[in-house]
Amino acid sequence: MTDVGKPRGRAHDALVTDAAERSGSEPPTIAVGPDGATLIPATPATEGAVAEDQLAIVHEHGLELKSRSQWAYARKRFLRHRLAMASLIVLILILGAGLLAGFIAPYSFDEIDLENSLKAPSLADNHFFGTDFTGRDYFSRILYGIQTSERVAFLVALLSTVIGTTIGAIAGYYGGWSDNILMRLTDLVLTLPGLAVLLTAAAFLGNGSQYRVAVILALLFWTQLARIVRGSFLSLREKEYVEAAKAVGSGDLRIIMRHILPNVVGPIVVNATLIVGIAILTEAALSFLGFGIQPPTPALGVLIRDGQELQDIAWWLVVFPGATIVLIVLCINFIGDGLRDALDPTQRRTRT
Amino acid sequence: MAEPILSIRDLAVEFATDDGVVRAVDGVSYDVHRGETLGIVGESGSGKSVSQLAILGLIPQPPGRIVRGEALFDGKDTLKMSKRELRNIRGGDVAMIFQDPMTSLNPVLKVGKQIGEAIQAHRNVSDKETRDRVISLLELVGVPNPKRRYDQYPHEFSGGMRQRAMIAMAIANEPKLLIADEPTTALDVTIQAQILEVLKKAQEETHAATILITHDLGLIAEMADRVCVMYAGQVVELTDVYTLFAAPRHPYTVGLMDSLPRLTVEEESLRPIPGQPPSLINRPPGCPFHPRCFLSQGRIRCREEEPPLRRIGAAHLTACHYADELEGRVGHLAEPVAAEGH
Amino acid sequence: MVTYIIRRVLYSIPVLFAASVLIFASVTVVGDPLAELKQNPLFSKVTEKRIIERKHLDDPIPVQYAYWVKDVVTNQFGTPLLQPGDRIWNDLKRVIPHTLQLVILSELIALLVGIGIGVYSAIRQYSVFDYAATTFSFLGFSLPVFWLALMLQIVFTNAFLKWDVRIFYTSGLNSSDQTCTFCVDRLQHLALPAMTLTVLSIAQYSRFMRASMLEVINSDYVRTARAKGLPEETVTLRHALRNALIPIVTVSALTFGGLIGGAVITETIFQLDGMGPYFINNLLSQDVYPVMAWLMITATAVILFNLLADVLYAYIDPRIRYD
Repeated sequence: MTDVGKPRGRAHDALVTDAAERSGSEPPTIAVGPDGATLIPATPATEGAVAEDQLAIVHEHGLELKSRSQWAYARKRFLRHRLAMASLIVLILILGAGLLAGFIAPYSFDEIDLENSLKAPSLADNHFFGTDFTGRDYFSRILYGIQTSERVAFLVALLSTVIGTTIGAIAGYYGGWSDNILMRLTDLVLTLPGLAVLLTAAAFLGNGSQYRVAVILALLFWTQLARIVRGSFLSLREKEYVEAAKAVGSGDLRIIMRHILPNVVGPIVVNATLIVGIAILTEAALSFLGFGIQPPTPALGVLIRDGQELQDIAWWLVVFPGATIVLIVLCINFIGDGLRDALDPTQRRTRT
Repeated sequence: MAEPILSIRDLAVEFATDDGVVRAVDGVSYDVHRGETLGIVGESGSGKSVSQLAILGLIPQPPGRIVRGEALFDGKDTLKMSKRELRNIRGGDVAMIFQDPMTSLNPVLKVGKQIGEAIQAHRNVSDKETRDRVISLLELVGVPNPKRRYDQYPHEFSGGMRQRAMIAMAIANEPKLLIADEPTTALDVTIQAQILEVLKKAQEETHAATILITHDLGLIAEMADRVCVMYAGQVVELTDVYTLFAAPRHPYTVGLMDSLPRLTVEEESLRPIPGQPPSLINRPPGCPFHPRCFLSQGRIRCREEEPPLRRIGAAHLTACHYADELEGRVGHLAEPVAAEGH
Repeated sequence: MVTYIIRRVLYSIPVLFAASVLIFASVTVVGDPLAELKQNPLFSKVTEKRIIERKHLDDPIPVQYAYWVKDVVTNQFGTPLLQPGDRIWNDLKRVIPHTLQLVILSELIALLVGIGIGVYSAIRQYSVFDYAATTFSFLGFSLPVFWLALMLQIVFTNAFLKWDVRIFYTSGLNSSDQTCTFCVDRLQHLALPAMTLTVLSIAQYSRFMRASMLEVINSDYVRTARAKGLPEETVTLRHALRNALIPIVTVSALTFGGLIGGAVITETIFQLDGMGPYFINNLLSQDVYPVMAWLMITATAVILFNLLADVLYAYIDPRIRYD
């Protein structure tokens, strides 16, 4: 950024997000606003000029640690983060259970059994989480719900990472007016009330399909990553080895892919991880309001929606799916924190 | 001889880090006499700044830790002072000037106010009196238009001016001891000379003893009366400035002098000291400098026995087993080199 | 300073304009506003014709846009799809204050508590309080807002059913016999929704303040302040806190959009007559005109809020004014 020292109106937003990871032992770089949809930064920064310099210094350091040793170093640091490790295990268990729902669920998700409707959780008949209004086993439904949610969430993370990285890379590498336009666009998306936009989109574009929901979510979530990638690219493209590569005649794409991108992988991975969590929360909110995934596809938000009417007499209908969401997202956040400790070279300060 | 204003005895400071315990200062002793300027020379990581911060209690105590030692200021050990006593001497009898004027001033407060704070922290003065005093201080340090500058913010000052303001802040309460930690390092070369002048003037005004921390030998030549050379957290040589340049008696000092390029002599190439400073985490036994030392030549004593700081002249201390072998050697820089940019 | 404000205001106007175009375009692009209605067998052709006429639906889109803007400015945001007699603004006029009340209340509490927790965590880093606050924040980031709302409802409904104690109400703005706005009854009704909204905000603000404060505490100028011999409280309050608080303004502005969404969810669940249910209901019936009006109002609020934040930021950070 050439005029980074002169703050435009939105400059301080840029300041906040550009150096988002710098302040020692922080949880989410990005976090979700109260609606479960709007992304906000979760850590502060100082002046933009300082942020750019620091990013540059950081990348120099990152470069020194580069090649094989960087990953070993990162892995070691991640393993040391006990909470992250524990969360990883728990998460694998939960998500794995979701993936294997077909195999481990005691019942299928739509098996109606009117005799046994609204049973409280118990060990009898393997109804660990009770049954719903039509006697369907809740534990099984939740397992399938996990499966749906994780599918959507990973898709969202993948899509938004691709979009965000591409846009950020273009803006950061080429600079100039493309940078300007793309950043204005990013600013705009960032300040929109996320949920409202999503709801509108879902309402009018038709909802129901998991994949449509995933795409819509991805179109909102790419912004934070774009910012970060752009920041990194801006500083990295000034490096001597990039000039050297250009001198040798390497094409832009090659330079980006081989020289710059590998150095940005750290923050990308961290943010992608966190996006998974945010996507789960947002998709659940959308489905709950009736604008996301529709029944009969089991999704955790849908389950809560269905259970809401009977929540006063059958608390488990609301509690269990929600608790599952909380657990999953909590684990993801811890893992994200651990990853950030491990991968993000900007994290040099006070430890957790 | 009058009692030294500051007496450091066997000071040791450690830091707990992810990778181990860093012994930043490892048994350091020296005196500072009233009115004199003691220069402390060393590379980054030699412990020169840490020992000063420790004196004022400015080292955060986790992760830092003062392991042992005394710091007798005017007879009282600052390391054992209560918080209130420390607060009293900070900015009062002992003032510190930091390296980076860009970041050392609070960006959201007016400069005049910040300097005034230093005064009001130690004396009961009215706001008006404080303002007057600050303005005269600004004048003293050479800030033009001090009345206007009083109400400005740090970002409206240039680097050199900010450092002047810092100096004004430091001398506001007529300290007995001034600690200047690399006061010119972050500044342009042309500004450095000006700031040095300001420092000298400040010394004249307050008759304060000064500790000048730097890695710049030119500065030492210009300003210091005595010099303390530090390496790897220890003092390796301590003597007056003329002797240091004329007849250094520690291979590290010799190496430092040698590595300075000279304008008056034809030289083929620079002569840096080979190797790297040692890790302060698990320092191997023996002299910390021996892996890079031209004098050591791998001798066992250097490798196994840590050389104590011993007297080899009237007021000349060195920490080298074989310092006598440097006898008769005349320093390359028999005449003190002028400070850069002067 | 004044020029800065003027400049920012002037800058906001085209943004507002762009937002209106964007809103109109995206809603129109999606398809025929009458699509849903056409599927209803009871929808007569006569009505259809009348609506098309009233809403200029067979004019080209830019013309429709012009009519819409005219409606917004001169006709109280125009009429909903099916009720030519109503004015959208009448409904909005009713629901906006309710939402404002909830949002302002929540935001104030969240700021106070969040900043307090964050600052204290930073000052007492690594203490039990710090760890507890960190855990709480992580939890806060992981809770779905709507689920928290439901849980609160469950808890307090059960409390009422079991012990016949009514502490907080789980639905509505007032009890059936009251209509006061600034009274205890209203507070009792807003308590749970406010709690829902504040949890996430507190988690965010406290993390943010903690990080900001930590960064400032370790800065050079704080070290200078200590070296001057200032008492620790002065160092903390006058030097550290003042600097640490600055970025909160920005964060607050950025999270405003999220707050709106959160309010939508919360109001819906707690059945408060606010902008949330208004929005949702019109979305469900696919009535584009109230939806557009709602989006326009929200966009204006966001822009205004950002403007306010920019100005506030410039006010407290002297470095910014000389643009």
